[in-house]
Amino acid sequence: MAEPLLTTTGLTRRFTSGGGLLRRPRSMTAVRDVTLAIPRGSVTGVVGESGCGKSTLARLVLRLIEPSQGRVGFDGADLTALPAGELRRMRRRMQMVFQDPYSSLDPRYTIAEVLAEPFRVQGERVSRDAIDHLLSQVGLAAPMAAAYPHQLSGGQRQRVGVARALALKPDFVVLDEPTASLDVSIQAQIVALLERLKSELGLTYMFISHDLGLVRYFCDRILVMYLGAVVEELPSTEAAPRHPYTRALLDSTFSPDPALRRRLVALKGEIPSPFDLPRGCAFAGRCPHATAHCRDQRPELAGEAGGHRVACFHPL
Amino acid sequence: MTALLTVADMQVTIGPVTPLDGIGFTLDRGEILGLVGESGSGKSLTAMAIMGLLPLSGGRVSAGSIRFDGTELTSLGEDAYRQLRGKRIAFISQNPMTALDPLQTIGAQVDVIGTLHFGKSRAEARRRTLEVLTQLRIPEAAAICASYPHQLSGGMKQRIVIAMALAGEPDLIIADEPTTALDVTVQAQIIHLLAELVRERGMALLLITHDMGVVAQCCDRVAVLYAGRLAEAAAIDPLFAAPAHPYTQALIACIPRDDTRKGTLAGIPGTVPAVSAYPPGCRYHPRCPQAQDICRTTVPDSRPRPSGVVACHFPGPTNG
Ligand SMILES: Nc1ncnc2c1ncn2[C@@H]1O[C@H](COP(=O)(O)OP(=O)(O)OP(=O)(O)O)[C@@H](O)[C@H]1O
Ligand SMILES: Nc1ncnc2c1ncn2[C@@H]1O[C@H](COP(=O)(O)OP(=O)(O)OP(=O)(O)O)[C@@H](O)[C@H]1O
Ligand SMILES: [Mg+2]
Ligand SMILES: [Mg+2]
Repeated sequence: MAEPLLTTTGLTRRFTSGGGLLRRPRSMTAVRDVTLAIPRGSVTGVVGESGCGKSTLARLVLRLIEPSQGRVGFDGADLTALPAGELRRMRRRMQMVFQDPYSSLDPRYTIAEVLAEPFRVQGERVSRDAIDHLLSQVGLAAPMAAAYPHQLSGGQRQRVGVARALALKPDFVVLDEPTASLDVSIQAQIVALLERLKSELGLTYMFISHDLGLVRYFCDRILVMYLGAVVEELPSTEAAPRHPYTRALLDSTFSPDPALRRRLVALKGEIPSPFDLPRGCAFAGRCPHATAHCRDQRPELAGEAGGHRVACFHPL
Repeated sequence: MTALLTVADMQVTIGPVTPLDGIGFTLDRGEILGLVGESGSGKSLTAMAIMGLLPLSGGRVSAGSIRFDGTELTSLGEDAYRQLRGKRIAFISQNPMTALDPLQTIGAQVDVIGTLHFGKSRAEARRRTLEVLTQLRIPEAAAICASYPHQLSGGMKQRIVIAMALAGEPDLIIADEPTTALDVTVQAQIIHLLAELVRERGMALLLITHDMGVVAQCCDRVAVLYAGRLAEAAAIDPLFAAPAHPYTQALIACIPRDDTRKGTLAGIPGTVPAVSAYPPGCRYHPRCPQAQDICRTTVPDSRPRPSGVVACHFPGPTNG
């Protein structure tokens, strides 16, 4: 494998919350000991249910928040040790599309102003044509430039968010559920757009989603997270899942094929509280294959980053 | 035998605009009908029309009919309608947060259905609430009753909203994108749950979604809307085996399948037109790869297709 664009080693982030006069602060590990390698020009998918730490991992990778432990390497540099000035220059090469289209656009600015903002921050002028082009790339009509965010639908707003992240033509883009709030027709459009931009500009993506069906289509390799930890790495989309959780995720996807109806199996039970993790494997309580051993010991994610890794005592 | 719900040639007018026109479908007990289309195609307005809630946004059903269990709803007074809503027709919204009061316990909110609509005592209502929560396989129902919405996960909140809908023992449930905001795993759970309830209790479910994957996995029949008109309606198997309307074909192609090759997912170019800019002829023609001259000028009639109808001048092969 060629030199990866981005690596993380033992990346961990804990959060403490609560704590007052009478209550002890509670601590939880949002991201636990994540070691990964993202090859140049690849699309690495990160999947898992709400709260499993996907967005926290994304913020750690871009150093928008500091890790409790571990390191992030970007293009040979140790991002976690970079001084502020160099970090700022590096940031231009790394962009993020945020999950929430409502809070990520300032209601006081027109769409044209929103899209001009990244250029302005870099001290560049931007033409009306460039704005129009950005808009058409994400399927919005040119007159939309004069509109304010509140005049757009949720879907249109998220398209503006995608356009804004792509404005400076970065090398590496973290896409944090960019299509979660969109119609499937628009989702497919955006994914097609992202695919095209990737091959035209040689981009590298980290694509976060809870939809394994979509991730299997779009990504080259897949990391599956459960309660802060990577439980499986699939080195290709053809690789058959070995972790029962990955299998369950796959069985929860809605295929547009009535013949596959029987296969849709709902995962039972709720995710345990991250503040009160069970002793052994975090998935044991919902796992059809769990044994006493699983409830007692936590399985490690063994093997080399980039290969097929699975954290399970009884892999499929 | 007539269906529980029959919508025929329905037109909706709001002030100067006519967002819906020629909408028709039927839905029977024990059946799930998917109402699909992109954002702005008219799914929620159709639901509002059935629920008699159009006056809230200054609109009305200006033509056609909505028959529910033998009663014509378009001429029903507001008092009679209020009796129907919450009791015989229940509504589940996309966002459970808007349906739940953050300041009241879950129990109090579900109990109200019993006390308000069925004149039960508070103790009776609570007993019924616990029964419904247990039927929905909500663990520790009593503890859940005592908690506030913010203490629950999104999936649990949506299950509570479903419980509120069920507490009234409705004949018809209208669910407007009930799982879009949820994780796929929870989505699968909720859809399973709804489907089971429909089969077991013989209720009818109108499931609004923009996702043909959801439709394929749980509906019996589907009505596809585009820009306020019915594009195609049919039973699931023939529809997926041979979608006749180019719009239906495009919607199905938006969801990657196991055998979808990389780089071939395209989506549907363009967007649904605004009500004020509905194009003449077939409203889908500006986005349709197969559009001919007649499509630009003449509204296509609904014509039969296997187990349904399609409104297209050049419907695709329906060899099913
Ligand atoms: N700033 C913070 N302070 C305290 N806890 C936090 C903070 N940010 C995240 N968390 C917690 O860390 C866990 C992981 O959150 P994160 O947002 O990374 O999950 P996610 O996988 O992105 O979920 P979703 O799919 O809902 O976006 C959650 O339990 C969350 O409550
Ligand atoms: N009160 C109103 N006055 C005028 N037009 C309206 C009104 N409500 C909705 N519309 C228009 O009617 C069309 C159908 O809207 P509707 O809300 O039914 O769409 P939808 O299919 O539910 O979309 P979504 O998937 O975004 O919920 C849209 O073009 C919308 O802008
Ligand atoms: Mg997130
Ligand atoms: Mg709607």
